[in-house]
Amino acid sequence: MIAYILRRVLYAVPIALSVSLVCFMLVHIAPGDPIAAIVPPNTPPEVVAHIRQEYGLDRPLPVQFGMWLGQVMQGNLGTSIATGRPVWSDLSVAIHNTLVLALAASLIGFLFGCLLGGVAGAFRGSWIDRGSAGVAAVGISIPNYWLGMGLVIVFSVMLNWLPAMGAGADGATGWDRDHLLHIILPAVTLSIIPMGITARTVRGMVIEVLGQDFITLLRGKGMRRFGVFWHVAKNTAPNALAVMGLQLGYLMGGSILVETVFSWPGTGLLLNNAIFQRDIPVLQGTILVLSMFFVTLNLLVDLAQALLDPRVSRR
Amino acid sequence: MNAPVSPATIDTTQAEPLVQVRDLHVRFVSRDATVHAVNGVDFDLAGGEVLCILGESGSGKSVTLRALMQLNPPRRTVLTGSIRVAGHDMLSASERALSDIRGRTVSMIFQEPMTSLDPVFTVGTQITETILRHEQIGRDAAQARAIELLELVQIPSARQRLQAYPHELSGGLRQRVMIAIALVCRPKLLLADEPTTALDATVQIQILLLLRSLQQQLGMGMVFVTHDLGVAAEIADRVAIMYAGRFVEQGPVEALMQAPLHPYAQGLLGATVHGGMRGQRLVTIEGAPPDLESLPQGCAFAPRCPCSVPACVAAVPGWRRPVPGRTVRCVRVSDAA
Amino acid sequence: MSQNSAVEAGLAVVTRAEPAAVPGYWAGVQRRLWRDKTTMLCGTILLAMALAIAFAGAIAPHDPYHGSILHRLKPIGTPHFPLGTDELGRDMLTRLLYGGRLSWFLGITPVAVATVIGASLGVTAGFAGGMLNTAIMRMTDVFYAFPSVLLAVAISGALGAGVFNAILSLTIVFIPPVIRVAESVTTGVRNLDYVESARASGAGTGRIVYVQVLPNVLGPIFVYSTSLVGVSMIVAAGLSFLGLGTTPPLAEWGLMLNTLRPAIYLQPMVTVLPGFCIFLTSFCFNMVSDGLRAAMDVRR
Repeated sequence: MIAYILRRVLYAVPIALSVSLVCFMLVHIAPGDPIAAIVPPNTPPEVVAHIRQEYGLDRPLPVQFGMWLGQVMQGNLGTSIATGRPVWSDLSVAIHNTLVLALAASLIGFLFGCLLGGVAGAFRGSWIDRGSAGVAAVGISIPNYWLGMGLVIVFSVMLNWLPAMGAGADGATGWDRDHLLHIILPAVTLSIIPMGITARTVRGMVIEVLGQDFITLLRGKGMRRFGVFWHVAKNTAPNALAVMGLQLGYLMGGSILVETVFSWPGTGLLLNNAIFQRDIPVLQGTILVLSMFFVTLNLLVDLAQALLDPRVSRR
Repeated sequence: MNAPVSPATIDTTQAEPLVQVRDLHVRFVSRDATVHAVNGVDFDLAGGEVLCILGESGSGKSVTLRALMQLNPPRRTVLTGSIRVAGHDMLSASERALSDIRGRTVSMIFQEPMTSLDPVFTVGTQITETILRHEQIGRDAAQARAIELLELVQIPSARQRLQAYPHELSGGLRQRVMIAIALVCRPKLLLADEPTTALDATVQIQILLLLRSLQQQLGMGMVFVTHDLGVAAEIADRVAIMYAGRFVEQGPVEALMQAPLHPYAQGLLGATVHGGMRGQRLVTIEGAPPDLESLPQGCAFAPRCPCSVPACVAAVPGWRRPVPGRTVRCVRVSDAA
Repeated sequence: MSQNSAVEAGLAVVTRAEPAAVPGYWAGVQRRLWRDKTTMLCGTILLAMALAIAFAGAIAPHDPYHGSILHRLKPIGTPHFPLGTDELGRDMLTRLLYGGRLSWFLGITPVAVATVIGASLGVTAGFAGGMLNTAIMRMTDVFYAFPSVLLAVAISGALGAGVFNAILSLTIVFIPPVIRVAESVTTGVRNLDYVESARASGAGTGRIVYVQVLPNVLGPIFVYSTSLVGVSMIVAAGLSFLGLGTTPPLAEWGLMLNTLRPAIYLQPMVTVLPGFCIFLTSFCFNMVSDGLRAAMDVRR
């Protein structure tokens, strides 16, 4: 068991390194000169060269990577070309906001997903199954930005119950009512796809577990519905948690579209702006942090699975 | 083949036999086809008696066994006839009533111990939860009973084994655990679905002997399903030979095995291979078992039978009693005078 | 390889324990498909959409690029403009029909290319095993460490807007999942008994791959790919929505959502239409994919 944990953690290191390499390379495959994008057109070449040198963009790529990585390890993600502020200061606020949104969406999505999926699997073939399978299918097929727009039309424009944009009055955080009202629409929008995926996955797992021999033995020794349910739950938990963990990762990384619709001040919006301003340090920093989060999440999920399923540690 | 020990615990003064099955038919209905798995089975089992149902794969023996506990898949299965176990009418009982009976009055052990035990729960939990389901005793008492049972089925270091997971045990030990689970509430009837088939030969014998001694010790009735004649000879009091969903011959094990009357039973016993047969030609039964989706009219064995007559195909042969205690479904066998 | 990928790959496909060359198997698949009303319905809808889009030139009442400010944002049911007009006065029905061409192209092309590349790499990895397998799968793991939308946005953001760049970034995003699925299925098939028996009777590697492995592997891979088309279309439209995919004045459903967004307050119903088209296409592709998988699953 300990060996497995160590192995898995060690394996994450080269992955993390390769991921950072890809992050670094991403912004450097961009066509065009990043400096030229931010300086006025008639800047004399010496000034351009000087700026380039300041940002370290004149050194060979591997050296740049090394320098960048070194800085990152010390916690310095560089300075934004557009705003001049340290990348980390804006990024940390953005991460906090996205995390709030992602967690809210996860909670909603997983709760309803497990409910729908579990019920569908248990009552396979009945209209309950077909109904929830239908809902789940709609969930994964719907473009969430479109759904967001739709919800805004209904709840903001037509009914005027909920705010359409932003995270509340400036600096609104925490549990005050205004902030919570602002979370509702984007969180629900973001939760639809994880809900659909969770429901389908859980349904498949429940059906598979219910088809196994030990279920017959459980019936054969007189266990009641609830007893069988407990066995099914414990058998599906490891894999279900794995899928849900992954979904959380996707939510963190994929919230950009929903954040754009609702102008939610999270990493998505930050990324959006950085792309259009060609603000390389912000781009690099944001993508790096988000992917690292995903890698860590994957690791935690694998470890949790190993703890829950007594057979896994043998591999 | 050894002569079995006669059961000393048959209670012939019982008003109703432990198991009473009349005209049992079981069909599996799906969109593609209907499979007629069991086509008219009747038998009685007295308390403390061991009945062995012998047959090839697909003969319907497992389905019959599961029908006794209503354990066939509920949605696809259609049952007609009557089944009474320990005074309960199994066909009309509600699911709740059935779940009270299962595990307490009637228990079952299965063929594959690896897949029949829940892999994510310890062996101890799987035993204690059975006790707690059926009896009102505390956790500690249940734990103590579990250890008792593990010792009863001869598992060494019982206390430590409680914490083991199924995949940590050998096949033989897993099967013993399954037996422990089945016996923990002292059932009156034990159903065994080929419990030794998946085990190594040496372990097979151990488990068989264990089952026999437990059956006698606890005075349980037992219905044992197998395709292995040797196993039947070892453990049964009576044997029923099953073909295409029907019992074709029933009788005391020794008499039946020494002189089978039904052509299929004769073929089956004649086809056994043993050491003294060197140089002889192997005896086989021509043909193959019928398709259970479209059974032939009349005797199901007639197409393969070396001595069939037109009467065989006309209608399903009824039970003939040539000797008290033995019954045969064959038109060529005449009732006792 | 992490547990999670095994779970996802396993859920994505079903490997059969018997060769597909069994007579009556494909007939059985066809029969089951025919009886599956949902799949048939969705397949018909897709066919109808494909035809409408292909014949847009003949069906559409107006020119997709020509609009008059006088007629901007007309509601649904306006005479001459059955589905209303957009923010520049162009007919919605026409824009939707022509837009479908680009949207479907953006949905199908990346998946098709990714399938070809991913399947080749995945089947090779699965069949060869050993070092080659490790090399390919570790590289896949690195790309799997990125959430797909993030990767698509990042690559597109780096390369810039445009149809070609969008297709390129989406293809890159979809190659790793296809490799995973292909490798998983191939490994499963490779270890099955009927491959062993072919080897035992002296068949060469090439022949084994061609006759035994490929027919059984292509099915599940194809089914998985059909489930990706919906995702591709949504992400492609998403890229356009962010301004990273197609650029104005092209007609494309995602781009239309982007440009119509400010008009939510004026004419909400018209803004909903392009998104509905994306949803319908994605939904039908997913249903058909599910139906195919169910029909090919002999275990039931």
